[in-house]
Amino acid sequence: MAESYRRSRWTNGLFVVPYLSVFLTLLVFPLGWGIWLSLNKVDLFGGERFIGLKNYARVLSDPIFGQAVKNTLIFVGVSVPTLVILGLFLALALNKTTKGSSFLRGLFFASSILSVTIVTLIWRIVFIPNDGLMALIFNYFGWQPIGFLSTTGWSLFSVGVATVWWCIGLPMMLFLAALQQIPKDLYEAAALDNASRWRVLTRITLPSIKSTIMLVAIIQVVMQFQLFGQAQLMTNGGPAGSSRPIVMYIYEIGFLRWDIGMGAAASQILFLIILCAAMLQYWVSTRKEETDA
Amino acid sequence: MKALNYSPEHLTSNRRLFWIAAALGVIMMAPVAWIIGLSLKDNAELLKGTEAVFSFPYTLVNYANILESSSVFGWFMNSMIVAVGQTFGVLLLSSLAGYAFARLEFPFRKTLFIIVLFGLAVPEQAVIIARHQMFNWFDLHNTHIGLILPNLSSAFGVFLMTQFFRAIPKEIDEAAMLDNTSTFRIFWKVLLPLTLPAQATLGIFTFLQAWNDYWWPLISATKSDMYTLTIGIASSQTNFAQSEGLGFLGAQAIFASLPVVIVYIFFQRHIVTAVSGGAVK
Repeated sequence: MAESYRRSRWTNGLFVVPYLSVFLTLLVFPLGWGIWLSLNKVDLFGGERFIGLKNYARVLSDPIFGQAVKNTLIFVGVSVPTLVILGLFLALALNKTTKGSSFLRGLFFASSILSVTIVTLIWRIVFIPNDGLMALIFNYFGWQPIGFLSTTGWSLFSVGVATVWWCIGLPMMLFLAALQQIPKDLYEAAALDNASRWRVLTRITLPSIKSTIMLVAIIQVVMQFQLFGQAQLMTNGGPAGSSRPIVMYIYEIGFLRWDIGMGAAASQILFLIILCAAMLQYWVSTRKEETDA
Repeated sequence: MKALNYSPEHLTSNRRLFWIAAALGVIMMAPVAWIIGLSLKDNAELLKGTEAVFSFPYTLVNYANILESSSVFGWFMNSMIVAVGQTFGVLLLSSLAGYAFARLEFPFRKTLFIIVLFGLAVPEQAVIIARHQMFNWFDLHNTHIGLILPNLSSAFGVFLMTQFFRAIPKEIDEAAMLDNTSTFRIFWKVLLPLTLPAQATLGIFTFLQAWNDYWWPLISATKSDMYTLTIGIASSQTNFAQSEGLGFLGAQAIFASLPVVIVYIFFQRHIVTAVSGGAVK
């Protein structure tokens, strides 16, 4: 009997049929269909007309899309390093068994479980021009309160603050998990050598978690490229589009203007950008390891 | 966190770092404390100035108003139905598939698994427009099923369950096979009970994701009685200025996050395993 269990049988494949049918109908098919739509002029009331790459040309020549790409790149460029460095700092500071550390770990992770609408609701109330927590703090110090969400230059920054507050838990936890994996004897050897704390950090700790640092950065780049809810709910992309990210552009074109072909084209471009970002980082990390070796 | 691996303390831990982290923790909590404070104040009093938060009297009237306003409660129920439905769906599909991928042999097993893994790389944005059209064809918008279905295709659960099934010692199902048990019975009676901790991890993770889902319910549930809590709260944010007042908005935020906060307090360890387990090698 035992051999027949291990033997390849097509009936064994029945176990994967339920998932695979969902996978094919709700992921693979829409992926292909989305690419097809992006090559068509889609009439809302049925009917597509093949127009080749014209939708892509329209998206790429749209100045609003250009602005959205710029906003997204700035946002990713600032929020990802912040999340990586802050997450690493928290992990190093809280990598202890004490009750206090464990409480703080739980606290820093807690915001990640909230939904985007709660996070933005909280931060909108904090940022309200005259009555928000920020305004109260500014008044207390005698500063002129800022309209954080309605001022060009501050709106994207405010969205970033809310995002870092929301997302900091995952990088911290991933770094903590990696710190746990570092062999103890490395530190014992360092203790015998009377190495300083800084040397231990730069010579042992950081090199040992190098791959995790790269992993966290990739995860965050992919996640932050998909910025949508925070911007839509806090600033609605404004003022004057200064905080509109790419995903919000897709949403507006596809679901508010109902230009489905163009929206599909924009979403394929985003997919490509995310894939490239992930692959580039992967390439950098593997190349680095080779030269180190 | 499991048993931690501790090294010579004086080299890896630093009191000053800890206190900086503690200070950051206070900053982290300040917005939440602010919202809780607002939610406990009468709206009329807040209109005169929000400094009122720092002084008595406090009241629960905003929470009472939520329970009376039928829409918030309806949204809460929609979120429950969608999150519970999605959780059970994902657990069922992922367990079946994970078992087969990890323990059985069948034609194209490896190829299929690799294709499924590629699914992990597809972001929601790449499929959402086509999905929206498909659900239109079948009239699935503004239904609970329509809200549950899309995320059942997520490959993450299959990936996680495959890893968990692989970790079970082979001797266990081999012993069961000697008794001439059918493949399905081995799965159902012998192996599935052993994966309960994994089920809890994946289940909690899926529940939280479903509860917090934003974009799909935003475009699929367009009738206000089909809103999930996330979308309902978003809709009351869009007319921020004309809303019932900051106290009521704050109370809404607290009320809507209660279920996930409770889940988090009780299952913190599982949640951390779920979000970091798949990624760290």
